[in-house]
Amino acid sequence: MAEHSREAAEWSPITGKLAWNSIPWEEPIPLIAAAAVGSVLFGTLIWVWRAGYVPYLWREWITSVDHKRIGIMYCIFALVMLIRGFSDAVLMRTHQDLMYNNGGYLPAEHYDQIFTAHGVIMIFFVAMPFLTGLMNFAVPLQLGVRDVAFPTLNNVSFWLTASGALLVNISLVVGEFAKTGWVVYPPLSELRFSPGVGVDYYLWALQIAGVGTLLAGVNLVTTILKMRAPGMGYTRMPMFCWTSLAANLLIVAAFPILTATMAMLLLDRYLDFHFFTNELGGNAMMFVNLVWAWGHPEVYILVLPVFGIFSEVVSTFSSKPLFGYRSMIVATMVICVLSFMVWLHHFFTMGAGADVNGVFGVTTMIIAVPTGVKVFNWLFTMFRGRIRFTTPMLYSIGFVVTFVIGGASGVLLAIPPVDFVLHNTLFLVAHFHNIVIPAVLFGLFAGYTYWFPKAFGFKLDERWGKRAFWCWIIGFYIAFMPLYVLGLMGMQRRMSAHYVKAWEPWLIVASVGSAIIALGIAAMAVQLYVSIRNRAALRDDTGDPWDGRTLEWMTTSPPPSYNFAVLPDVSHEEAYWSLKEGAREKKRLSDRPDYEPIEMPRNSPTGFITAFFTTVLGFAAVWHIWWLVILGVLGAWATFTIFAWRDHHEFEIPADEVERLDRERREAKAQLLGIPKEATA
Amino acid sequence: MSARSTQAYAGAHGDPNRLGHGEGPSISELGPAPKRIIVGYGFWIFLLSDFIMFAAFFAGYAVLVGETAGGPSGRELFDLRFVAGETALLLLSSFTCGMATIGAAARSQWWFQIAMAWTALLGAGFLGMELWEFAHLIGEGAGPDRSAFLSSFFALVGLHGLHVLAGLLWLLTMMAQVLAKGFREDIQRRILCWALFWHALDIIWIALFTVVYLFGARA
Amino acid sequence: MPGIGRDWAARVAVGVAGLFAASCSEPGLLDPAGPVARGERTMFVNASVIMAMIIVPIIVLTFYFAWRYSAKNPRGRYTPEWSYSGRLELLVWSIPALVIIFLGGIAWIGSHELEPSRPIRSDVPTLEVQVVSLDWKWLFIYPEQGVASVNYLAIPAGTPVRFRVTSATVMNSFIIPRLGSQIYGMAGMDGKLHLLADEPGRYRGLSAHYSGEGFSEMMFLADAMPRERFAAWVRGTRRTGPVLDGPEYLKLERTAATSKAYTYRAVVPGLYQAALRHSGTPAREQSRSGRED
Repeated sequence: MAEHSREAAEWSPITGKLAWNSIPWEEPIPLIAAAAVGSVLFGTLIWVWRAGYVPYLWREWITSVDHKRIGIMYCIFALVMLIRGFSDAVLMRTHQDLMYNNGGYLPAEHYDQIFTAHGVIMIFFVAMPFLTGLMNFAVPLQLGVRDVAFPTLNNVSFWLTASGALLVNISLVVGEFAKTGWVVYPPLSELRFSPGVGVDYYLWALQIAGVGTLLAGVNLVTTILKMRAPGMGYTRMPMFCWTSLAANLLIVAAFPILTATMAMLLLDRYLDFHFFTNELGGNAMMFVNLVWAWGHPEVYILVLPVFGIFSEVVSTFSSKPLFGYRSMIVATMVICVLSFMVWLHHFFTMGAGADVNGVFGVTTMIIAVPTGVKVFNWLFTMFRGRIRFTTPMLYSIGFVVTFVIGGASGVLLAIPPVDFVLHNTLFLVAHFHNIVIPAVLFGLFAGYTYWFPKAFGFKLDERWGKRAFWCWIIGFYIAFMPLYVLGLMGMQRRMSAHYVKAWEPWLIVASVGSAIIALGIAAMAVQLYVSIRNRAALRDDTGDPWDGRTLEWMTTSPPPSYNFAVLPDVSHEEAYWSLKEGAREKKRLSDRPDYEPIEMPRNSPTGFITAFFTTVLGFAAVWHIWWLVILGVLGAWATFTIFAWRDHHEFEIPADEVERLDRERREAKAQLLGIPKEATA
Repeated sequence: MSARSTQAYAGAHGDPNRLGHGEGPSISELGPAPKRIIVGYGFWIFLLSDFIMFAAFFAGYAVLVGETAGGPSGRELFDLRFVAGETALLLLSSFTCGMATIGAAARSQWWFQIAMAWTALLGAGFLGMELWEFAHLIGEGAGPDRSAFLSSFFALVGLHGLHVLAGLLWLLTMMAQVLAKGFREDIQRRILCWALFWHALDIIWIALFTVVYLFGARA
Repeated sequence: MPGIGRDWAARVAVGVAGLFAASCSEPGLLDPAGPVARGERTMFVNASVIMAMIIVPIIVLTFYFAWRYSAKNPRGRYTPEWSYSGRLELLVWSIPALVIIFLGGIAWIGSHELEPSRPIRSDVPTLEVQVVSLDWKWLFIYPEQGVASVNYLAIPAGTPVRFRVTSATVMNSFIIPRLGSQIYGMAGMDGKLHLLADEPGRYRGLSAHYSGEGFSEMMFLADAMPRERFAAWVRGTRRTGPVLDGPEYLKLERTAATSKAYTYRAVVPGLYQAALRHSGTPAREQSRSGRED
C-alpha cells in the first residue's frame, strides 16, 4: 500500500532503532549535501587545529560568558543556518519549476522533508538566534551595564540552541526529517501516520532549543527590568531595549506553551498517550489551538525587536530623535498584549462559526493600528532630517515600502471570507514571506551592518553592502509577487506535482527571483571578505562611526569585556547624544571619574558540556537508545552540580588597568568632538 | 556596580513605590539592582513561565476531561482521602521548607539541615504516594493509553511529580553544598531560588487538587 | 499495491489529472463560478482598494521624504531637535484606527454573510453531499440519491449544495477554488459548507491542507451539470458498480492513492455517520499497529 516510511529496523537494547539502513544510501541529494558540508566543516576544523587556534577559541569564545561574544556567536550561527535554509528554498523553487505534469525531480517524501526543514530552520535556527544574538550584543550596551543578568546561563542558552540545530542537521544523514510541515499538525504527526523518526527529530530539536530560547528570554527580561545604568528610567530606555523587553516577555509567556504542546505530542508518540490521536478521545483541534497560541506571539517575538532596530537605524541616519518615542512604547506594548488574542485567524477554515471568526478577524486587524502608528512614526523621524543613505538605512526604507504591502495582504487574510478561499494557497505563503523577509531579515541585516563596527572595530564595506541590498530587495519582489498571483489562481502550498499549465510561467519567474536573492547572499559573503581584507582602511577608532545616539556608541569599538569603565549617568532619552551635545557646548568632556576595580564573571565550559549531553540525549531518544538517554540526563545534571561547586565565580580587573584603557577612549572621544587635548584630563 | 548605587537602591527599598513621596530619583533610575534581587527576580520570571506550561496542561485536561472513550472517569477512580493525605504531606513540606529558609537566614547548620531533611522526607513521601496511585491505576487498566482523559490526567499530575522529583534532587544538592561550603552569598541565593521553586509546586498542587481531584470526584 | 487491479464493472475510469490538463486554465479566485466565490472576490477587491488608499500614500511619502530630506539635498529643512507633535500623533493613531474600524466592519459582516455553515438562499431545494477524505482520495456520498463516487463530484448547476465534510484519516481541507470557501475535514468533526455553481462546468477540486505523501495527487473533478443531466447521472450510476457497505468501505480506505474516479451503485445508510463516530478509525483494532496491512 502507499506507505511512505522507511522500514523500521528491529529494536536492539544497544543501538535502539538505529541500523545501517537508517542512512539514506539511495538518496544522493542529502548525502552529497552532507558530504560537502561535512568536508568544509572538517577542513575548517583541521585548519583551526593546525593553526593553533583551538585553545584561543575554547578560552575566548566557546566558554565565554561575555554577552558580546555570545551575541556574535549567535549571529554567526544564524548566518550559517541561513545558507542551509536557503538551499532548501532553492530546491523547492527548482522542483516546482519542473513539476508540471511529472512531479519534478524530487520524490514527494523528500520534497515534504525539505519544506518542513525550510520552515523549521528559518524560524528556529535563523531568525530566532540572529535576533537573540543582536539583542544579546546590543541591549546591555544600550542599557549602560556590564553584562546580562545571568552570564553563564547566557552561554548555556546559546549552546542549547546549537544543540537543537545540530540534531536537525544530523537528521539529514541519519534517518529522516519530519514530513509534516513546520508546525507538525497531528494526526499526521502521530505515530500511526508518521512512524519514522522524522517527527521525533523535530520534537527533540525543538524541545532542546526551546529551553535555550526560554532561558535567554528570562535572562534578557531580568536584565532589562533590573539592570540599567543609573538614571535610565523606563522612559529613557532606547527603543530597541523596549521592543526587546516586549519580545522577551512574549518568549517567557509563549514558549512554555510550545514546550507543553510538543511534550504532549512526544507522550503520544513514545508512551501511547492520546492527546491528539484520532482514536480514544484525542483531539487534534486542541493541538492546532495550542500550537498557534504559541505561534502567533512567535511572529511578534520575531518582528518586535526588529522594529526596535529600525527605530534606532532610522533615527541615527536621519540625525534626529525618534519621532513620538512614547507613542512608540505604547504601540509596542499594545502589540505585545494583542498578539495573544488573535491565534484563531490561523484556522478560520476549521468552522468555528461566524461570531468566533468575526471576533478574531477584528482583533487581528486591530493589531494593524499600532503597527501603522510605528510606520508613520518612522516616516516622521525621516521628515526634516538629514538622511544618510548607508546600507542599514537602505534596508530600513526597503522595509517600510515592502512591509506595508505585506501588512495589507495580512489584513486581507484577516477577513474570514477572504481567508476561506485563500487559506493554504501560495497567497498565504507570499504574505508571510512578505512580512518575514522585510520585517525580520532586512532588520537583522540592518542591525548586522549597524553594529558590526561596534563588535569588531571596523565597518563593513558599503559598496558590497549596497549591492547585497539591491539583490535582496529586487530578488524578493521577483520571487514573491508571483506567488500572490498563483495564490489567486488557486495554487495550493506544499504541492510537489501539478497539472495546471497556466501556473508554470509564474513559478519560473519566482525561481529567477530566488536566483537574484542567491546573488544577494553571495554579495554579503564577498562584503565580509572584502571588509576583513580592507579592515585597516575601514577601522573605527572613535567608537562612534555613525554619530550614534545611544550608549553603545559611548564605549570603544570593540568594547572592553566590562563595557564601561564607569557606568554612565543617564539624564535624557538619548543618553549618549545628550552627553555629546553637552561636551560640544562646554568644549570639554565630563570630569575624569574615580575608577574602581571591576568584578567580572569567569568563563565556564558548562554550556558547551551541557549541550554535548543534550545532543546525546536527543539523538538517543530519537532512536530509542535508552541507556544513552539515561547517560545524557545524568551527564547534564552532573555538569550543573560541578559548576555549582566552583568556588571562584568572578575575577577582578584592577582600577589602574581600567583607568589606562579608559584614558585612550577619552582621548579618542575628545578628538571626535573637536575638544582640545588638555580638556580631557 | 558602585557601592553608591547599591546603597541608594537598598535605601529606597524600604519604600519602593515612594508612597511617602520621598526625595530623590525613582527606584527605576537607581542603577542595577543588587545581585540577590536580580537572582530572585529572574527566578520568579522563570517560575511564571513554568506556571504557563502548567496552564497549557491544565487547558489540555479541561478539554479532554470528558473524553473517557468508554473507560473510567475521575469519579470512579479518585480516592479523595488518599489524595488529601498526599496534599497534607506536600503542604507540611512547605512549612519545613520555610523553617529551612529561616535556618539559612540564621546561618544555623543544624537547623537548616534538619529542616531540609524533613522537607526531603515529606516530599519523598508525597512522590511515593503518587507513584503508588499511578501504579494502582495502571494495574486496574486505567493507564494513560486507555483514553484521552487519562492521558491528560497522567500528564498533568505526572508533570507536577517530575517537578517534585527535580526539586528533591536540588534539595539534596543544596544540603550537600551547605555542608561542604557553608552559607556563602551565592549559596544563599540558590537556597532562595530553591525555596521559591518548592513553594511554587505547592501553589500548583493546590490548583491541581482542586481542579482534578475535588471537581473530578464530585462531577 | 492491492486494490489498483480490482476490476469493478462500474468504474468510471476517468483520469482526473488528464482532464485538468485538457480543460482547465485555472483562474481560481479571479474568475468565480458561484455566489460564494463571487462574494469573496468582491470582499477581496473592496478591501484591497481600501488598503491601497492607505499604503500607496505611505509608499509615495517614504520615497518623497527620502529624496527631500537626503543629506545631499540642500533644499530639505533640518530640524535636529523636533520629535513630537501632538497633532501629528493624533493623526497617526486615528488614520489607521479609522481604516481598521471600517475594514473590521466588513470583516464582521462578511464573516456572517459568507459563513460556510449558513445555507444559501434559493428556490431550489438544497442537495446534500457527504464528503469523506481518505488517503489520498475523496469519497462523496449522496444520501438522498443513495449513490456514492470517488474523486468525482457531480452536482446540479444552480442548486445549492450542502457539503458535510469529515476525514477518515489525517486532516484535509475540502475546496473547489472557483466555487469559493474551503472547510477542514477532520476525523470526528462534521464540517459544514454550502456552495453553489451558477453554470454547468468542470472545476478543479482538491485538498488544500497538506496531508502527507500523496497530497499533491489528492484531486477530484467537480462536474456541475444541468439538473436533468444530474438526474440522468444518478439513474445511470444506480444501475452499475458495487455497493458501498462496511467491508467495501474498508477496502476503499486501504486502496492505494489514486486519482482514478469511480462510482458505487448504492450506499448502506448511515455510513457517513459511522465514519464520523469512529473518528477515522472504523477498524479500531488496527489503529495501534500503524497503517500497514
